[in-house]
Amino acid sequence: METVKAAGEDDPVLIRFDEVSKVYSLPAGDVVALDRISLTVERGEFIAIMGPSGSGKTTLLNLIGCLDVPTSGRLVINGHDVADLSDDDLTYLRRDTIGFIFQHFNLIPLLSVLENVEYPLILKCRDRNACGMKPYEVLRAAGLDDERLYTHKPTELSGGQQQRVAIARAIVNDPSLLLCDEPTGNLDQKTGGAIMDLLAEMNRMGKTIIMVTHDTGVAAFAHRQVRIVDGRIMEDTG
Amino acid sequence: MSRTFFEFARRNLQRNLFRSLLAVVGIVIGVLAISSMGILGNSLTLSVTEELSTVGDSLSVIPHSGQGSQFGAGLVQDRISERQVQDLRRIAGSNPVIPFYSTADRIQVGTKSGVVSIYAMDTDDIPKLVEVDRGILIRGNSGVLAGPRVVSQFDLKVGSQIRFENGDTQRVVGILKERGLGFDIQPDYALIVPSRWYEDRNDEKGYDQVIIKVRNLDDVDVLEKAIDNRFNRREDVLDTFSSKEILSSIQQVFGQISTFTTAIGGISLIVAGISILNVMMMSVTERTKEIGILRSIGTLRSEIRQMFIYEALMLGAIGSVLGGLLSFGGGYLISLLMLQTTKYLFHPSSLSSIALGMGFGIATALLSGLYPAWKASNLSPIEALRYE
Repeated sequence: METVKAAGEDDPVLIRFDEVSKVYSLPAGDVVALDRISLTVERGEFIAIMGPSGSGKTTLLNLIGCLDVPTSGRLVINGHDVADLSDDDLTYLRRDTIGFIFQHFNLIPLLSVLENVEYPLILKCRDRNACGMKPYEVLRAAGLDDERLYTHKPTELSGGQQQRVAIARAIVNDPSLLLCDEPTGNLDQKTGGAIMDLLAEMNRMGKTIIMVTHDTGVAAFAHRQVRIVDGRIMEDTG
Repeated sequence: MSRTFFEFARRNLQRNLFRSLLAVVGIVIGVLAISSMGILGNSLTLSVTEELSTVGDSLSVIPHSGQGSQFGAGLVQDRISERQVQDLRRIAGSNPVIPFYSTADRIQVGTKSGVVSIYAMDTDDIPKLVEVDRGILIRGNSGVLAGPRVVSQFDLKVGSQIRFENGDTQRVVGILKERGLGFDIQPDYALIVPSRWYEDRNDEKGYDQVIIKVRNLDDVDVLEKAIDNRFNRREDVLDTFSSKEILSSIQQVFGQISTFTTAIGGISLIVAGISILNVMMMSVTERTKEIGILRSIGTLRSEIRQMFIYEALMLGAIGSVLGGLLSFGGGYLISLLMLQTTKYLFHPSSLSSIALGMGFGIATALLSGLYPAWKASNLSPIEALRYE
C-alpha cells in the first residue's frame, strides 16, 4: 500500500473507537491506560481532550496518531482498521492523513524552515520538483509571510514562529486530521491565542482537529470537550 | 528521495564534525595499513619473481639418486647415458635438449687458487643457456667462459690463464652476463668449458644433468609426464623438476607472507570499524528524539535505516579515498625501507592492493553502520518522541 487510499472519504465518520483498551505490561503488573473506550469523531469536528496527568489522554492521542495500536477492541481511522495495518501502512497513514502538532514544536534541527515544511511532501511525492510551490503556500497560510525566514534553521526562530512552521509542516500533505498535543503549552498567552486562532481557521477550512490540553481557555476554542479520567471517558459534550 | 536522506546523513556528519573526522581518521589508518602492507608483500613477490624468472621455462632432468647410489651398489645409475639423451630429444621434439657435465675443480690463476664449479657442455648449446657480457663464446675445443662471481674472486679478465688441478691450462675467452639465482645451473659462480675437451680428460660414462628449454610453458607438464612414462615405469630412473614448479611454490610462500602482513593491517581496520560503530551508536542515542519526530510525520523504518547507512558509507568512502591516496606515500616509504626500491609501486597488482584496501575500508564502515541503522529504525516512535 504505497498511499493509503481514503477508503471511506464519503463516510462522515473519520475515527471510530469501539471498546478499545490499551494495556501496558510492566514488571510490576499490567497497567490499563485505556479501558474499553468507545468514541466517534466525525469529519470537521474540533475536539479538545482533557484530563489529569496519567488519565490516558496521551495514550488516546498515540492511538489516533497511529503511533500505537490497541490491545483489544476495534479502531477505525479514515476507513482503515488499524489492526490490519503493517508498520509501513501505519506510517503511510500518518504521512497522508494525519498532521502532528506538538507542544515542543519538534522541528528537525538539521533542516531549514522551508526544508522542514517540504519534508513530508518529499516523503509523499518522492520528487522535490513535483512538490511545486506548496511549501510557500502553506507557510503563508500558517502566517509566515517573511520569506527571509525560510532559509533559517528552526532554532533561530521564536516559539510562536516555530509553531507556525510546525503547523505548515502538518498541513502540507493536506491531511484530513490535525492532531495537536498541547499546541500552546510552550507559548505565552498572546502567541498561544494567535496559534489557536490559526487552528480554528484550519478547522473552518475543513480540517478535523483533535487537541489534548490542560488549559480550559484553550479547550474553549474546541466545539466538543472529552474528559478522560483513569482511562475512561467521564464527560463528552458531543 | 534518497537524496534527501543522503543530505540528512551529510548534515549530521557535519554537525558532529570533530567526531566524524576521528572516525574517518580510523578508516584512513586502516586502509593505509592494509594497502601499504599489500604493496610491500606484492613488491616482495614481484622482486623475487623477477630475480628467479630469468631461469625461464626450463625443465631439469637429473638421475634418480636414490638409495642405490648411496650404498654404492649401482642398482640405480647416477648418470644420464647418451641413449637416454637421445630418448629425451625424441620426447622434447623441437625444444632444445642440453646435456652437460657438472663438476668442480681446484684452479689456479696467477697466485690465487680455489675451488670452482665447472659445467662442461657442447659449444653449440652454450648460447642457449647463458649470455656473454664481454669477450666471445667458446669456439672449437678450447677456451673457458667465466661467471661474474668467479671473475671477481680471481680477478679474471678476458685472456687470463687458468690452470686446472691436473696441470692443463685454458684461457678465458668470455665473461658471462650476471644471471642471478637459478634453478637449473648457477653460471654466475662457475666456469663453462667445452664438453669435448672435458671428455678427453675424464673417463665419464654419462651426463650429470640435462636441461630442456621449453618454449611453451604449457608443454612443461606434458613433457614431464612423457619423461616419467618413458623412463620411470618400473623404477625411478630420472627425476625431473621445472623452474615453473619451484617458482610457483616460492610465489605461494611470498603470497602467504603478503596475506599475513595484510591481515595485520586488517586489525587496524577492525579497530576503525569499532570506532565507527561507537560514533554511530552515540549518534542514534543523541538523535532518538529526532528519529521519533521523523517516524511520527511519516518516515518509514527503511528510510531511517537508509539515512544511517549513508552516514556510515560516507565515513567509509571519505576515509577510504584519503587512505588510498596516502597509500601511495605509505607504499613508497615501506618499499624503500624494506626493499630499497620503489619500482613496483605502480605495478597493476600494487594498485590492486590499494583498491583492495579501499574496498575493505568501505565494507568495514558499512558493516559497522548496519547495527546502529537497524537499532535506529526499530525505535518505537512513541518512546523516541518522549526521549529528551
